[in-house]
Amino acid sequence: MAAPKDLRFTKTHEWLRRDGDVVTIGISDHAQNELGDITYVELPEPGDAVSRNEPFGVVESVKAASDVFAPVDGEVVERNESVVEAPDLVNRSPYEQAWLLKIRLNDPDQVDLLMDAPAYDVYAETAKH
Amino acid sequence: MAVEPLIHELSKPGRRAVRIPAPDVPETPLPQELLRDGLDWPEASEIDVIRHYTRLSQKNHAIDINTYPLGSCTMKYNPKINEAVARYPGFAGIHPLQDPATVQGALELMVELQEMLAEISGFAAVTLQPAAGAHGELTGVLIMRAYHRSRGDTGRTKILVPDSAHGTNPATAVMAGFEVVTIPSDARGNVDLEQIRVHAGPDTAGLMITNPNTLGLWDEHIAEVVRVVHEAGGLVYNDGANFNAILGIARPGDLGIDVMHYNLHKTFSTPHGGGGPGSGPVGVRADLAEFLPGPIVRRVDGDEPRYEWFQPARSVGRLHTFHGNFGMHVRAYCYIRMHGAAGLRLVSEDAVLNANYLLASLRDRFDVAYDRTCMHEFVLSGNRQKRNGVRTLDIAKRLLDFGLHPPTTYFPLIVPEAIMIEPTETESKESLDYLIAALRQIADEAEQTPEVVTGAPHRTEYKRLDEVAANRTLNLRWTRPVEPAPEAAAAD
Repeated sequence: MAAPKDLRFTKTHEWLRRDGDVVTIGISDHAQNELGDITYVELPEPGDAVSRNEPFGVVESVKAASDVFAPVDGEVVERNESVVEAPDLVNRSPYEQAWLLKIRLNDPDQVDLLMDAPAYDVYAETAKH
Repeated sequence: MAVEPLIHELSKPGRRAVRIPAPDVPETPLPQELLRDGLDWPEASEIDVIRHYTRLSQKNHAIDINTYPLGSCTMKYNPKINEAVARYPGFAGIHPLQDPATVQGALELMVELQEMLAEISGFAAVTLQPAAGAHGELTGVLIMRAYHRSRGDTGRTKILVPDSAHGTNPATAVMAGFEVVTIPSDARGNVDLEQIRVHAGPDTAGLMITNPNTLGLWDEHIAEVVRVVHEAGGLVYNDGANFNAILGIARPGDLGIDVMHYNLHKTFSTPHGGGGPGSGPVGVRADLAEFLPGPIVRRVDGDEPRYEWFQPARSVGRLHTFHGNFGMHVRAYCYIRMHGAAGLRLVSEDAVLNANYLLASLRDRFDVAYDRTCMHEFVLSGNRQKRNGVRTLDIAKRLLDFGLHPPTTYFPLIVPEAIMIEPTETESKESLDYLIAALRQIADEAEQTPEVVTGAPHRTEYKRLDEVAANRTLNLRWTRPVEPAPEAAAAD
């Protein structure tokens, strides 16, 4: 599936959707496809700080446990409890229902450092080979 | 599908295997506070128990049944003489609290094993305490930490770990209080020497490297890598998981490595993979010997040599109760003695030859991540097959239909759809050819009839298991089903 045009992406396959000062983040369709069936998601609590390029949580599949990295610095304002309850949401709806966190941005300029959707599609395609 | 019941489900109240005769010595009751009621242990006859466990063993795969090419795990044949010797009453019937004067033979075996391991690897001293590879890693990194501290060098907080490493390497470094710096691999599968140069510095406690690495490749810059880390004041730890590839050919100590663990259950043919227990001795260069965990057994020369325990001067402390997994020491000792120096070299030569024969016979049908002459194992990628919807997981499942244990899959993490194959030296050409034929047939099927592969296994007693459900709803403990109340039963 082509990456939605309104999202930005990291090299570690997280996506970000900006809405004013708050961004929503998750993992890409490519990432969930590579990981296989997701069995477990571990997320920080609202109020916790996250730092750009640092792990904020863990996504576990039948194949591997992987850190997920924050695309920006900020503070967690909300976490998606339904994805913790039903981790397979990540496989079924990576860009919509399976968002992981909402984060209040510290520095909006950090969003511009991320790849746009066409650039990410090329990047993810290359990563396969 | 015949599901073997649990032993609890076979239980019948009052059924038993043996009746223990009445004691002919006075009974000593256990203290009341240690007694519990309601343990709900299974009750079964001897033949029920034997049949149950024999049936379970028939559902299992083992190296004694067929090829087991599980990369990085080195599932080589475990010679039966090891087992016979380990059962000698002088080894099996002794207790670690016995007076050392009464177990001199066992202590002599431990001293000789320490000396043989040191000689094979080029180190000065060895501890046999650690119970497995990762335990050996922790021992080694604690020694590195103690070394830096003993010199007042407290600013060394980081350990460099290549991105191809076993996960236990970074985990060990963190357990020992260090921060991990991940070093990428270069285009030929070596650790990136330039990145080592960038990251090695006054805060570097050391490097944990696996050589040959988890791609089955010899690091082409190992001498320079070691030199750079040493010049920065760090130590170099070698993860000895792949030591079985270089016995009698290269010695890590001669390469400048400071600390290394041995996996007796890989290189020296002691059992593992659920059978175990493991054993992960650690070797060090001369000036690190005083930090080894104690006590260590040593020889006291004289007309009649004696063997005794001593505590290294600045020991990091005890890492295992008593003296490690002694039964494994006996088996490894037996293996080394049975082979001798020339035989051990042949072990490694055959392991490397077998792996390269497999690689040469498969590289036209599978992508090869880093296509070089390999050591004792190599890593294929299932990328080509994935384009037809056949994943590495499916290839692994399909191999079960051939009576083969699948290779390691999805490791190392830097290779997409990784298939990691290690035949070991103990497979014959015929069994290698059978594995090649199976993988080539699966490659054909992936192109022509992918549903045969994605639907595998077809011939096993249990078909594709629901791994997602197994992961999400772990069920590891039997609980007695609630008996239906008499009224409910009557209502039926």
